[in-house]
Amino acid sequence: MEQAIQFTLNNKPVRIAADGERKLLWVLRYDLGLTGPKCGCGQGYCGACTVLVAGEAVRSCLMSLKDVAGREVVTIEGLARNGRLHPVQEAFMEHDAMQCGYCTPGMILEAVALLRKNPKPSREEILKSMDDNLCRCGAHTRIVAAIESVARSLSGGPTR
Amino acid sequence: MKDEYLELDFRDLPDRKTGQTEGDSPLEQSLEGFSADRREFLKVVGGGILVLVSLGEGELLAQGRRGGGFGRQLPSDWNAFLRIGEDGRVSCFTGKIEMGQGVATSLAQMLADELNVPLENVDMVMGDTDLCPWDMGTFGSMSTRFFGPPLRAAAAEARAVLLQLAAEHLQTPAAELKAENGAISVKEHPEKKVSYAELTKGKRIERRLKEKAVLEEVSEFTIVGKPVLRRDALEKVTGKAQYAADVRLPGMLCAAILRPPAHGATLKSVDTSEAERLPGVRIVKEGDLVAVLHKHPDNAAEALGKVKAEFDRPQSDVDDKTIFDHLLKVAPEGKTVASGGDLKRGAELATGVVEATYLNSYVSHAPIEPHAALAKIEGEKATVWASTQNPFGARDEIARRLEISSTNVRVITPFVGGGFGGKTNNQQAVEAAVLAKAAGKPVQVVWTRAEEFFYDTFRPAAVVKIRSGVDGAGRIVLWDYHVYFAGERGCQQFYDVPNHATVSHGSGWTAGAGTHPFRTGPWRAPSNNTNSFARESQIDLLAAKAGADPVEFRLKNLTDERMIRVLKTAAEKFGWTPKKAPSGRGLGVACGTDSGTCVAWIAEVEVDKTSGVVEVKRVVCAQEMGLVINPEGARIQMEGCITMGLGYALAEEVHFKGGEVRDLHFGSYQIPRFSWLPKIETVLVDAKDSPPQGGGEPAIIGMGAVVANAVFDAAGARLLQLPMTPERIKEAMGKRG
Repeated sequence: MEQAIQFTLNNKPVRIAADGERKLLWVLRYDLGLTGPKCGCGQGYCGACTVLVAGEAVRSCLMSLKDVAGREVVTIEGLARNGRLHPVQEAFMEHDAMQCGYCTPGMILEAVALLRKNPKPSREEILKSMDDNLCRCGAHTRIVAAIESVARSLSGGPTR
Repeated sequence: MKDEYLELDFRDLPDRKTGQTEGDSPLEQSLEGFSADRREFLKVVGGGILVLVSLGEGELLAQGRRGGGFGRQLPSDWNAFLRIGEDGRVSCFTGKIEMGQGVATSLAQMLADELNVPLENVDMVMGDTDLCPWDMGTFGSMSTRFFGPPLRAAAAEARAVLLQLAAEHLQTPAAELKAENGAISVKEHPEKKVSYAELTKGKRIERRLKEKAVLEEVSEFTIVGKPVLRRDALEKVTGKAQYAADVRLPGMLCAAILRPPAHGATLKSVDTSEAERLPGVRIVKEGDLVAVLHKHPDNAAEALGKVKAEFDRPQSDVDDKTIFDHLLKVAPEGKTVASGGDLKRGAELATGVVEATYLNSYVSHAPIEPHAALAKIEGEKATVWASTQNPFGARDEIARRLEISSTNVRVITPFVGGGFGGKTNNQQAVEAAVLAKAAGKPVQVVWTRAEEFFYDTFRPAAVVKIRSGVDGAGRIVLWDYHVYFAGERGCQQFYDVPNHATVSHGSGWTAGAGTHPFRTGPWRAPSNNTNSFARESQIDLLAAKAGADPVEFRLKNLTDERMIRVLKTAAEKFGWTPKKAPSGRGLGVACGTDSGTCVAWIAEVEVDKTSGVVEVKRVVCAQEMGLVINPEGARIQMEGCITMGLGYALAEEVHFKGGEVRDLHFGSYQIPRFSWLPKIETVLVDAKDSPPQGGGEPAIIGMGAVVANAVFDAAGARLLQLPMTPERIKEAMGKRG
């Protein structure tokens, strides 16, 4: 059933009339013109569709539109602020932490959420919290290195 | 000789006056022969300096002669070209595609170096069948390998033309000039300078590469051989990178397609009445293709759930357990790929003979991006954006299905989200085109994960049987090798064995009906994963038989200098100390060769003897691949191969019953995850005076064997089947003794 739903998307207010049971991923991609969140499986297994809702990494393919009402949603398109890349985006570039790039938006947002909660994760903690984000090209080593470098810079150490 | 097409082109150039009059310049050359198509092509491309180049895929290129790029028949003895535009920018047009392997970066590096322009002045135009000349597709670790030398030569040719133009412009002999940073200056008077843009303005100079131009010496490279970050990184970290499913057209509809429950099932009846009643839904029936269209893919999928269909299913009992017996039963006579000496003599010489049979299951490509396409039909013309590894193949398939000429189909390839061989199958692009034609609107087809698994062209299940022997001195004297349905790539052993035969029974993916219950196809380093697993496991068995350390045993039986060098490099990097296996240390070694590249791996594993779970703790990989264009890119490919290879080594296996695929999601089909990650160390063995070899595949081929050999060293259990699941490991441990 269609309903008017309001939320904040990439720092801007959004109001949309849609069936609140529809999954956020499809609304973002087909109603709101974003393509950063990717569909890798549509079943919550791969994490390519990861977005931030109120700062938490969520699977947008599983989250209903109505559940983001009144909340703040950030996609990969909204992560850079005022033309400046987020440190995790920069670290992914510096460490070549991608190949085909399809899982990259989800990887970056998952890492952003991790570092927000735990600015100094151990390698083990990084592996554990990234474990449900799948990459088929095998960029894992570089992704871990990128996240570790941001963690080091957050704790004031050298970044590389 | 006055040249018609040149005349036409000069008329097309607005600032013709700044150029020279026709025929004045020795640089304005014609190609032998021309056609209307060629004129069209030249018009499309615009002015500047153009060098046509054949990428060295000679025989395969010949197959492309049925249709070139630009939607027309072109003289197709060239399949890429290079242009120095009137703005001084360098463009390379090629039908190759970027799917993560980094070729858009490595090719641009080669051009930038050879042409002395900054890397950011190079544009790669890839995978567009209307803009790029025909290409066979992107696979086989061939882009850099075969592209490299001729593309560099083309760039050198273009530089020579620029130098000649500059010589005229600066009134200085070419020998006294130097090219640097997109401009040519007089060596002794650097202030006397002219940019490429000034030199190419208003010009139309076309060259075809015939002879080898003088290439830059390796020592002169400023960009090649240096680590360079991916050129597409910024687009990929900001979400701007577009994949096929990200393309939007006004009025487009998304398709959800009715699928059979099993391969070979046929549609008996279908009732779409309930789905049709949903708002915004359109049903299209084109023969067996029944699809629900809606502007939202989720709504289309929901409506598809209301379609009632009955299928006739064929009787087939073969499953993932019985498939190997089935394959041996239907296997054709073998083809001898290599042989030497006398097997009988080898058997006589052998003091120890080892016979073993190796199995590997069907493996999925499972790229994270599912197959996707968007098709638009306007009159007789179709335009299709597709995630494909072979845009020209997709174009021809679409043309055949729509019964229009290939010249009326344009395939555009945005970024491809992983292929690994699986995106040489273009079914989704054909489906989108058929549905768009029927609907009269642009239609997007994006496969669900279940469709992706179901229609994947799996790496074939295969069997390898080996009988081999060593003599009392620890030399391999007998090698009798039979591979069934994996294919030939990598089946030839490279050890120094006097009496050997290698026989291949049946191909990996052109096997006859009744062989596989579904389609199979090339999977990253096709055939070679299976062959290398069998060969290197068997070598380990022989080493154990001879009572020798597996590294020393290999070195003793190798004469190939390149292989000896990479193996020694890997052993040194790892800190290998010789010991007979099983030593309890959990160390394994393997060697392999693929796409002209030699690789050696050493792995360290820990086996939980109660659960059978293997943890790969460390992998050292040394690789010799000739001249390395982008060392960082090469290492990334090696890391990717090693990580991906853990999947088929330890877990990846398609379960099925008849034509029914049982693994349809990532919950049951496990691919490598962060928690599996070993410490990976890569070494590029320097060989910069040899031509570049393949880099996207070689480092994956030994992953089955190196892990199996390490498991043997850890637990004394010899695994003869991939993947090495905990159950199989426990079973093998039960058999040891």
